[in-house]
Amino acid sequence: MAKSSEAQHPQKVFGWAAKDTSGILSPFHFSRRENGDEDVSIKILYCGVCHSDLHSCRNEWGNAHYPLVPGHEIVGTVTKIGSNVKKFKVGDRVGVGVMVGSCKSCEYCKQDLENYCPKHILTYNSIDNDGTRTYGGYADMIVVDQNFVVHFPDGLPSDAGAPLLCAGITVYSPMKYYGMTEPGKHLGIVGLGGLGHVAVRIAKAFGLKVTVISSSPRKESEAINRLGADAFLVSNDAGKMKGAIGTMDFIIDTVSAVHALAPLLSLLKANGKLITLGLPNKPLELPIFPLVLGRKLVGGSDIGGMKETQEMLDFCAKHNITADVEVIRMDEINTAMDRLAKSDVKYRFVIDVGSSLSQL
Amino acid sequence: MVAKLPEKEHPKQSFGWAARDQSGVLSPFKFSRRATGEKDVSFKVLYCGMCHSDIHMVKNEWGSSTYPLVPGHEIVGVVTEVGSKVEKFKVGDKVGVGCMVGSCHSCDNCTNNLENYCPQMILTYGAKYYDGTTTYGGYSDNMVADEHFIVRIPDNLPLDATAPLLCAGITVYSPLKYYGLDKPGLHVGVVGLGGLGHMAVKFAKAMGAKVTVISTSPNKQQEAIERLGADSFLVSRDQDQMQVAMGTMDGIIDTVSAMHPLLPLLGLLKSHGKLILVGAPEKPLELPAFPLLMGRKMVGGSCIGGMKETQEMVDFAAKHGITSDIEVIPIDYVNTAIERMLKADVRYRFVIDIGNTIK
Repeated sequence: MAKSSEAQHPQKVFGWAAKDTSGILSPFHFSRRENGDEDVSIKILYCGVCHSDLHSCRNEWGNAHYPLVPGHEIVGTVTKIGSNVKKFKVGDRVGVGVMVGSCKSCEYCKQDLENYCPKHILTYNSIDNDGTRTYGGYADMIVVDQNFVVHFPDGLPSDAGAPLLCAGITVYSPMKYYGMTEPGKHLGIVGLGGLGHVAVRIAKAFGLKVTVISSSPRKESEAINRLGADAFLVSNDAGKMKGAIGTMDFIIDTVSAVHALAPLLSLLKANGKLITLGLPNKPLELPIFPLVLGRKLVGGSDIGGMKETQEMLDFCAKHNITADVEVIRMDEINTAMDRLAKSDVKYRFVIDVGSSLSQL
Repeated sequence: MVAKLPEKEHPKQSFGWAARDQSGVLSPFKFSRRATGEKDVSFKVLYCGMCHSDIHMVKNEWGSSTYPLVPGHEIVGVVTEVGSKVEKFKVGDKVGVGCMVGSCHSCDNCTNNLENYCPQMILTYGAKYYDGTTTYGGYSDNMVADEHFIVRIPDNLPLDATAPLLCAGITVYSPLKYYGLDKPGLHVGVVGLGGLGHMAVKFAKAMGAKVTVISTSPNKQQEAIERLGADSFLVSRDQDQMQVAMGTMDGIIDTVSAMHPLLPLLGLLKSHGKLILVGAPEKPLELPAFPLLMGRKMVGGSCIGGMKETQEMVDFAAKHGITSDIEVIPIDYVNTAIERMLKADVRYRFVIDIGNTIK
């Protein structure tokens, strides 16, 4: 059972937490551990609002423990470093993403794949090494093991760069793992939200031809003119979908609701790969004939390791890739969550924690 | 214009057994094949393996069958004639033909030796050839095929037990290679111990894998371990056994074409593991997203293999002494054999002794 962290930890922290399955967030006083030898303490400037935060707050995955402080797209400045910390100094601009710990000894950790470590610790709603519950970035500060902190490159703005720490790595990692970095190949991106819009930009930087597949025709102009996609397919336009059959080398599917895979599989060429990143709460229907007859595959991916997360940030800085964000105050978070549930955001809310989170 | 009778369509007389309708019952059938073209190889058929696809096709289960239908795509025999431009084969050579007899030769897939994924690939039977005529398969006394689609059978392989390699063999060999499951020391699971499954065990062992057979039939355990060389055996209905094996396999070759749940199989995979389906259930299966994402696992398919790889597979089999476990039957047993195949009552492939029983 998690210890009561307020009683055990010395550093006083102020944030906003969900207190029950309504998911409504409100001010919450709690505490964090003392900065240890391996730790970095960070004053939080911005925190992105990820759809996972919404799923967690409302207990949609059935594993929420309240009070729950979400937030895993955190950008801030270093205020304190432990005696073993060599990579960071006070004043550095840094980021923290979806993980804050792992076992460091398994085959996955040794290959920089901490995200696949069976014992990896999530930034929030998880149990830390000392048995206490982890609290995320909707708060004024955080203490994190140096191995789970990344440098925030100079060229990247803190607000528009924050979403890269989850959305960015979530699409970058499968693009590398599944071999989508060969210029000229054709990638379809399903869903134009937080993940999808960043995927378009990263894919274009890899030299891919990009088609956005969406159920919202009104997103076409944005997709092509602002994000740089080469083409746009309305997924419920049967004629257009038919015309695109067998044209794509890869598809990245960012949709988290239950949806049909058969039409997407048909868009793939033979030997094509469909990578699904969403976590619907029911299984998807997988038709087997197209997989067998076309040697197609459906694969998953879950964020990325720490080394790759740093690599992704550096890549984005080099190519001027950021998220399109709507910056909000902390006290606007509940309205933002409701809008997020209706996909009413272009394309990520980011909380200006530094300016708007104040003690009452 | 009236279509020509099968016997008169082409100049070369052929005799085989065909299904006449959706009952799938086979009976003697006189037909004809084209004269040996400049790139063709003609051969006397000695043996033909019986593949479960033959059953699907004779009974029109995939809705694409036209009758009369002469099945058979695991065909082996001896060359009797070669066309003037044929370079790789001569009269007397032992050869085979598998599931394909044609492709476009110009698309990306064909250029990459993946004729099996060519959108214009021509099946050995029940399909339309370049000249518009229907292709007839290997349940017949002779065969003509383009040199490109002929495989040489090395001398040290017995023809009868080699025939099933041409479909069952390549169907499991190709994904073991493509999905990287051919490296020594990996742990490969094989679901289903039938025509495909028993070949998968043999190939995977020869590639250096540790092999676990996953089956609903506990009575296959002894065979699997003692005869086929599998390292272990999991009864899929035994929850405890399955639980213990969770997260232990690098890859699984799933040969089962009946409906079955994927979730327990995904659970057997380690992170980054691959579940490869070579059997094709007709209806979609449920795919739970959580295990796919959390372990970066994948579910993929595979369908036979290209011609270059088919030859490579046969040569690999010759080197490692791999053949199919077969029951040789005369042609007039074929309808009974189909009944037994429907009950999975064969260890593990019927092979028709064409040479001695189709006259």
